[in-house]
Amino acid sequence: MTQITIALTKGRILKETLPLLARAGIVPTEDVFTSRKLVFPTNRDNVRLIILRGSDVTTYVQFGAADLGVAGKDMLLEHQGDGYYEPLDLGIARCKLMTAVPVGTTQQHSRLRVATKYINVAREYYAQQGRQADLIKLYGAMELAPILDLAQEIVDIVDTGNTLRANGLEARDEIAEISSRLIVNKASMKTKFAEVQGIVDALREAVENNA
Amino acid sequence: MTIADRWLLPDGVDEVLPERAQVVEHLRRQLLDLYNCWGYDLVIPPMVEFTDSLLSGSGSDLDLMTFRITDQLSGRMMGIRADITPQTARMDAHSLRREGPSRLCYAGTVLHTRPRGPLESRTPISIGVELFGEATVAADIEVIELLLQSISSAGVENVHLDLGHVDIFRGLLADAGLSADSEAELFDLVQRKAARELGQWIEANISDPQLAGWLNVLPSLAGSVEVLAAAREKLAGAPAAVLAAVAQLEEIVAAIAERNVTVYLDLGELPGYHYHTGVVFAAYVQGYGKALGNGGRYDHVGEAFGRPRPATGFACNLKSLVSQSANNYAAKQGVFVAYSSNPAVTEQIAALRSQGERVVQGFDRQQVDYNELNCDRALVEQDGSWVIQKLS
Repeated sequence: MTQITIALTKGRILKETLPLLARAGIVPTEDVFTSRKLVFPTNRDNVRLIILRGSDVTTYVQFGAADLGVAGKDMLLEHQGDGYYEPLDLGIARCKLMTAVPVGTTQQHSRLRVATKYINVAREYYAQQGRQADLIKLYGAMELAPILDLAQEIVDIVDTGNTLRANGLEARDEIAEISSRLIVNKASMKTKFAEVQGIVDALREAVENNA
Repeated sequence: MTIADRWLLPDGVDEVLPERAQVVEHLRRQLLDLYNCWGYDLVIPPMVEFTDSLLSGSGSDLDLMTFRITDQLSGRMMGIRADITPQTARMDAHSLRREGPSRLCYAGTVLHTRPRGPLESRTPISIGVELFGEATVAADIEVIELLLQSISSAGVENVHLDLGHVDIFRGLLADAGLSADSEAELFDLVQRKAARELGQWIEANISDPQLAGWLNVLPSLAGSVEVLAAAREKLAGAPAAVLAAVAQLEEIVAAIAERNVTVYLDLGELPGYHYHTGVVFAAYVQGYGKALGNGGRYDHVGEAFGRPRPATGFACNLKSLVSQSANNYAAKQGVFVAYSSNPAVTEQIAALRSQGERVVQGFDRQQVDYNELNCDRALVEQDGSWVIQKLS
């Protein structure tokens, strides 16, 4: 039997992915939130789940170590990999990728300093805007960078905007709408077509019923 | 520079050690013999050429993949080949100038500025064939058959053949009047099968509802051979070039129906879109994320040399083929001969070597490790005559 591995992004995305998977007929046989395991068998003998950070999901699927994956669109934009398809918008974990500045900042025409964990996305975005920007890669707490004058602007995910407000920042320009996507390794799609397409179709149905 | 830095190879640059090298070389000869049996003439193009010839008509993908150096003799830019196909196209168009179909084959190392995909070698050994001068689908069928034959003689089983045709996408867009930038955006969305973004893009950019419908359905036209029937239904009324492309795919699928391969069609995916002009194909096996071999039709490459010729062909990465091979190819072990100044021994050695035996002679006061020397037998003197004895 052809083995299928699905890589899931832990955290909020995982919480919203599991009900969709369940409706598509795939249920992990143990509690993924309490277990310390990384690989989980499911009710289907040939399907297993692995649970990773979002940026690793794209890598696992691109390399074909996982056949399918669920990752935020922000991760796909940043990863810029080409070894996978993204056939399905799961419509979960919605938010926006935006620029943000200290409240009341006026547009500057000099060279910008921008802090972000989305280096590739930011580079492309500012180039499109015709603005020269120096990028600073951070791994978390982006909001701190303008406060300590490490950067004048940040590029980050904005959900409710509460964290921005609490730190005296405001969202400015929207770069992209984000939601979680199903991604499929290209070679798996070709060589395990029946199994992979079966899961994609079942998930599509689950998403449509969810809407 | 520490010692550790000195032995380090660049990323994506690999070497092949003795045991594996034997297998690679064995397969190289086997495949070149196979191509000869199919009427393909071996050519040995140069390692390096002027970029004017090397990159003509081959699209920007290859441009980025090619290392460049300045020729100190002419001052012109040279490129180290990243693909042998354009070289054979130059040879066919200019060096050979044959009137009828011309079948060429080659094997050689190519160099890539960056790996084609994750963990791929930047120095693959490329082996393949090109068939020039025949525009019909029969030529495509011939090279696809030969690709499948190459893979099966390499001992790789359960092959999946991936088929597509660039005229479907190209034909649909022929009258759409999109700018190059818009077409590139659309192309990218179709390649990623990004259904949601594709839908939004089409809504914003394509006003013709019929064309919008065709483009929307394109990424889902993938799967087993039933896809062709679905394409006939869903692309009904599409431009003639599109339907002709579907017909060509039908013909190919029928021709290889007897072959022991799983056919997978993807009418949206177009590897080498800027370069190919017709059928595109690739061979995969389960559990190996890269194509073992790929190819397709590229009818315009000869144009730059003043002689457009229809062309189709494929190339395989020899090292990938070996890595997926189930063949147990074990090189024949050799005969060890201890150090001796006796002319009779020298004679014996020459006789054995002329029979094609591997003979390794020891040196004076040498510690012998038969494994390292790859010897399983030894030449020894017994009762005044020389015999070959098995080593335990």
